[in-house]
Amino acid sequence: MRQSTPLGRFWAEFRENRVAVVALVVVVLMSLLAIFAPLISPQNPYDLANLSLLDARRAPGFVGSGGYAHLLGTDPQGRDLLSAIFYGLRISIQIGLAAGLVALTIGASLGILAAYLGGRLESLIMRIVDLQLSFPAILLALVLVALLGQGKAQLIGALVAAQYAYFARTAYGAAKAERGKDYIEAALATPLSGRVVILRHLLPNCMPPLIVVATVQIANSISLEATLSFLGLGLPVTEPSLGMLISNGFPYMMSGRYWISVYPGVALIILIVAINIVGDQVRDQFNPRLRK
Amino acid sequence: MSAFLSVANVSRSFGPNLTTGEKIAARLGASVETRHVQAVSGVSLTVRKGETLGLVGESGCGKSTLGRLIAGILPPSEGTVQIDGAPVMQGGRKVTTRVQTVFQDPFASLDPRMKVGMTVAEGPIAHGLTTKAQAKAYVAEWFGRVGLDPAWVDRYPHQFSGGQRQRIAIARALAMQPDVLICDEPVASLDVSIQAQIINLFLQLQRDLDLTCVFISHDLSVVRHVSERVAVMYLGRIVELGPVGQVFERPAHPYTAALFGSVPKLVLDADELVHFEPIEGEVPSPLSPPPGCHYHPRCPLASEVCALDIPPLRDVREGRVAACHHAEAQLQRY
Repeated sequence: MRQSTPLGRFWAEFRENRVAVVALVVVVLMSLLAIFAPLISPQNPYDLANLSLLDARRAPGFVGSGGYAHLLGTDPQGRDLLSAIFYGLRISIQIGLAAGLVALTIGASLGILAAYLGGRLESLIMRIVDLQLSFPAILLALVLVALLGQGKAQLIGALVAAQYAYFARTAYGAAKAERGKDYIEAALATPLSGRVVILRHLLPNCMPPLIVVATVQIANSISLEATLSFLGLGLPVTEPSLGMLISNGFPYMMSGRYWISVYPGVALIILIVAINIVGDQVRDQFNPRLRK
Repeated sequence: MSAFLSVANVSRSFGPNLTTGEKIAARLGASVETRHVQAVSGVSLTVRKGETLGLVGESGCGKSTLGRLIAGILPPSEGTVQIDGAPVMQGGRKVTTRVQTVFQDPFASLDPRMKVGMTVAEGPIAHGLTTKAQAKAYVAEWFGRVGLDPAWVDRYPHQFSGGQRQRIAIARALAMQPDVLICDEPVASLDVSIQAQIINLFLQLQRDLDLTCVFISHDLSVVRHVSERVAVMYLGRIVELGPVGQVFERPAHPYTAALFGSVPKLVLDADELVHFEPIEGEVPSPLSPPPGCHYHPRCPLASEVCALDIPPLRDVREGRVAACHHAEAQLQRY
């Protein structure tokens, strides 16, 4: 191996799995589509002035009042589906990332603190986490969204509350194992302060499992958000995410207008599957026992 | 003898944390059995400035725990450890950098995700022994002193061999400029060919820096080589302490004699074969050590008094102490 930095070795190994590389490319591409959605979309699907009900529910290829072809057809409000999917991806990835990262921060802090400090605080934090893990995440998110109301911030809050426990569990397990190792003892015996030991020694060594959980949980937040939107609890109807697009097309499925639900669904599935494949490869690489 | 490092009546017991059920039972007045292990009980010893004290004993005798108590890694249940009159720990916290530790396993004692240069530098930076700007030169100097190429500071531990890692661990401990160094089996996990290098490095640094050392090992020949005095531990107590040559030649405690007698030798005289005999029986469970002298069930000299009274450490020769009712009889056997 040419490079010997941890990241260099990681990438060299990652490259060996072609499927994972393709999945990573897909994730990057979809993220780029999401980031540059306003530049590449034929239409701004959130600007109601752009929408015409005359264009509603048209089949793919229809040339509407805008004078361009709707490659993937239009939805019941007359939105260009391709544009709506780009914008929907934007919302889904934004919310998934934000919820995942906030949950990672909160969960990892709680888990590592519990493992480091021990005693009563450890029992308290971990019992709350266990209690929460015994509920289905979707149920908790549903209740919270119903209580908090609609909006991006509320939705992210609900997703964080539903997911931080997974991070806390993972971080706790990893930190508990690392806490007993000699290098932590050596650092404490120097003596270095607890803050330094946690931030410089404990946290970096707990990162591998956390990164794995984070990848999977970001995919989970995206699908959870889609589920909530599908149930009509997510974002306002004027700014449909992928889940809501699917939901909007649902009543027309049986009348042959499959495209309104199917194309956003396909986009959602590709995104989630790609993230999961990348996550699986990362997990395999961090788990030496799975190495060939 | 002026004491530089003094360990006064130090004890340490480990108890399992009570389960919630047991706590409730205890609150309600039920008698809850506490299964305490007395890892170290009532140990007192002193080490002169610049001296190396060897600490030997079987696995589980508490020698590592004693090392950790002296190093300020574990707070003692009772007693105090002082360096030059200043306590090592106060209120359960280590309050000095004057004692540092070299751990047994260099594959576990270095942070795998930290560059080794940083591992050596972070303690001295945190305690103001060097500045961030000068850390590179400071670390390079210590790398040189322990026989490592200063160009290796940006590598990770996995890129080094066991011997090199132990050199890094020694550099980390010494970069804190300690007066006392605790070596907890520092060569036990190394190849025999590497052991000699590390021990010679250790001896040289100890001389150069005038370090006071506590050298923990189950390898008697290593201890004999590096230390001036040796303390023998059995089930948490010191049973014999004295100059290394005298203790090895003429043990005053039957356990010491048996421990040395059970070392297989590479070169044997024909008549020496007779003296090689293992200690009878097993080490008793530290959960319920035998009453009186802990060694009496296995001791060839044991009498009634051994099962009743704990033998105190007493002077048996000039500069030598032993905890045995029959120390004189033991000395007569040679």
